[in-house]
Formats: sequence, C-alpha cells, structure tokens
Amino acid sequence: MSDQGSFYQRDRNWHPPALTPQYKTSILRSPQYPLLSLENTISEMTGPVFGHNTLGPLDNDLIRNFAKTGDPIGQRIVVYGRVLDENARPVPGALVEFWQANAGGRYRHKKETYLAAIDPNFGGCGRTITDEEGRYWFRTIKPGAYPWPNGINDWRPAHIHFSIFGQAFAQRLITQMYFEGDPMIWHCPIVSTIPDRQAVEQLIAALDRETTLPMDALAYKFDIVLRGRRSTMFENRMEGN
Amino acid sequence: MVQKLERLKESPSQTAGPYVHIGATPNWVEITGVWKEDLGLVLVGPGAKGDRIVVKGHIFDGSGTPLKDALVEIWQADWQGLHNSPQERRGKADPHFTGWGRQPTDGVTGEFKFETIKPGRVPYRDGRLMAPHITFWIVARGINIGLHTRMYFGDEEAANAECPVLARIEHKVRISTLIASRSEENSIPTYTFDIHLQGEKETVFFDI
Ligand SMILES: [Fe+3]
Repeated sequence: MSDQGSFYQRDRNWHPPALTPQYKTSILRSPQYPLLSLENTISEMTGPVFGHNTLGPLDNDLIRNFAKTGDPIGQRIVVYGRVLDENARPVPGALVEFWQANAGGRYRHKKETYLAAIDPNFGGCGRTITDEEGRYWFRTIKPGAYPWPNGINDWRPAHIHFSIFGQAFAQRLITQMYFEGDPMIWHCPIVSTIPDRQAVEQLIAALDRETTLPMDALAYKFDIVLRGRRSTMFENRMEGN
Repeated sequence: MVQKLERLKESPSQTAGPYVHIGATPNWVEITGVWKEDLGLVLVGPGAKGDRIVVKGHIFDGSGTPLKDALVEIWQADWQGLHNSPQERRGKADPHFTGWGRQPTDGVTGEFKFETIKPGRVPYRDGRLMAPHITFWIVARGINIGLHTRMYFGDEEAANAECPVLARIEHKVRISTLIASRSEENSIPTYTFDIHLQGEKETVFFDI
C-alpha cells in the first residue's frame, strides 16, 4: 500500500453532538468540555486487522447461525453494500459486525425486558470482512420496531446496528442502518440526534428490487463511509518512518 | 458552478445502544455456539515479549454511577513501541501481541479489565517521543459517537513530563485525568484508569 497521510478531520456537525436532551441517557453520559483536537499520530493511524480465518462459514447468515429447530420467523432479507472512504475508494479487509432484534423487535439479551417473544432460532449477531472491492453482504430477517424507555411512548424504527473496523483506529465507527420507507425513522429520538436530514438519509438502506433473491429474500443496499486520508502529495513525511 | 470534489461524507455515528454486546461479545451475553470466542479477549500470546500488566477501571457518568453496559476497546504498541498493523511502517511488531483488546464493563460492578503488555514509546509527528500510552475507545448507550482517550502510566513521570500530546492540554489540572495509578495485585503491576464522562474530574477526550 502506498504511503498515506492523516485522516480528514471529522465533521462534528454531520455526526450527532454528545449532548442530545431528547435522548435522555445522553444527558449524564456526554462530555461537557471541548474535545482536545489532536493531529493523528501513529497510535491512531494504525489499527488491528482481522483475517478471513477469523470467520466461520455461517457468520454472515443470521438465518442459520443460531437456528436450532428451523429458520427464524420473519421477513427474509439480504443486506449488501460497500465500505468506502471519503475519497470514494473501497476499503478492503474491513471487519463489519452487526446485531439486531428479531422480527418481533426483541433482543436476545439478559437485560432486555420487552414482552415480545424471543425467537428460539434467532441469535441476532453476525459479521463479515469486506472483499477487495470493499463489498460485503449478509442474510438475516428484517428486525421489528420496539418500544424503549425514554419518553413513555418512544419506539425505535426497525434498524440493524453496525460496527466497522477500517485500516486505522481513527476510523473506528459504530452506527445503525434503517429501512427505506419506514415512517418511524422521523419520530425517533435517537435518529434525531443527527442534526442534518441528509446525514440521516445516509443511514437509510435502499430497497433493491434487482438484487432480491426471487421467491426467497428482499434485498437492501447499505453503503458505509469511513474517514478518508489526505494525499501525501503535499504533506511532509512523518519523521520516524 | 465549480468543479466537484467527488468526496463522500463519513457515515454519521449512532449510539451503540444497550445491547452492543450481542454484536461485539455475544458469548459474554450467553449467545453461544455462533462463534467460538469473542474477539479481543486475549492480547498477549504465550511468546509475547515485554512486561505483563493489568489495566482496569470504571467509567462514571455525571452522577458518579459506573456504566454497566459500556464496551471498551484498547489499541496500543508492543513493548518496543511498534503496532501490530499493516499501517505500521517503522518495523515489525511482536507477532505474539495483538495490541487490540475489547472488554465489556461488568454488568454488576461496571469494572473493565485487560491483561496486556506495557507499551514502548511511539514518536509524535515531529519525531519527539510520546510517553507510553494506551489508546481507549468507549461506546455505550447514551454515547452518540465513540469517545477516544488515552491512558498514561503513573510510574512514567519523566516521560509524561515531556510527552508532546500531554503538553497540548491547556488546563494542566486535567492532565491527571489521563494518568493511571499503579499498584501490585498478585504480584502483577496493575494500573487503575477511571474514566469520568462529566463533572469535575471529566476525562480529557480527543478529537483525533
Ligand atoms: Fe437497537
């Protein structure tokens, strides 16, 4: 890989701020001092990589990877897309992890108290590694919406949580994917922590009729963008190289 | 109209939520049989060089209550100051040390704990050496975008005093929020790094 420079500064107006009172838990968990801006050092410009031997054969198949007595209940879907950087270049070898509620909106977690039923055949976690062109895909069931304790009647729209490792710890990102056409997106106090409507739309996966598996599963396309790096054309090489 | 720059925007962050462990450490929340072992539990292989240490602590919210649903990731250099990463251009790191760890905070006590190696020193951009440190990344319910911070070592006073990153902290009283205190537990050097999300002792967080 060619020499690459430091990462573009994060656009803190595109990301949600730390303090978003409509999402009540953020009130006591948001730092109040300004973040200390730090030019990237080697400590953040490096990061762990995960080889394909990390993965098992069913890791990207949530329909089968926890199945005990049959397939989980719910709408069968395929989620696919690319991990790119801000320069629109693919990020190969990125570890993408995802987790979600079942079709009824219930998580398999000991602290979860929602009354919707646990699905004995659904664990709710999966992972994959992007290929040379930054592509990934997995099969799952569409998660249900669920209520959560914030206001007395707040509901999360259907969503899948994503965690992504790029090439550097500075790129580390956790986000959520929403589904095209879901009216509940625009009522969610967590979605609305993102101040810019276009930024929210970047998290809404598109229904892709041309990629559906006929008579099997709907398809949704979800591209993920990680921070991009400056060209070293104009940048002095870091000493110590 | 001017020419377009053809750049994309980074995907906006969203909170990891209360159930981040389902995706990050499924075995820990009793989702077993999907994968053998949660990633990031073991940093130190049997052949790893350097001093074995333990790093532990709590993450406190603005009321002083420890977070019991957080996920902590650490990233650090090996004993010589090299990272186990293809992006490391200065040499080859110890292959028996991954440098990356991931731990939940305990669901009852809120404690996190890593068994790792004391890192060597890594140069800053201008070549001056930074003091030994471990990079932390914290996500949890209520945290809208992952928080980056660093842990420094309480027994490295001389190195800390000349660290170019610590020198960037304008309010000198806040430097102590990044310095872990050393003790011995079971004759292993143990560093306690408590993180405060807000309040008088708010930890210094970085925009990297
Ligand atoms: Fe969720």
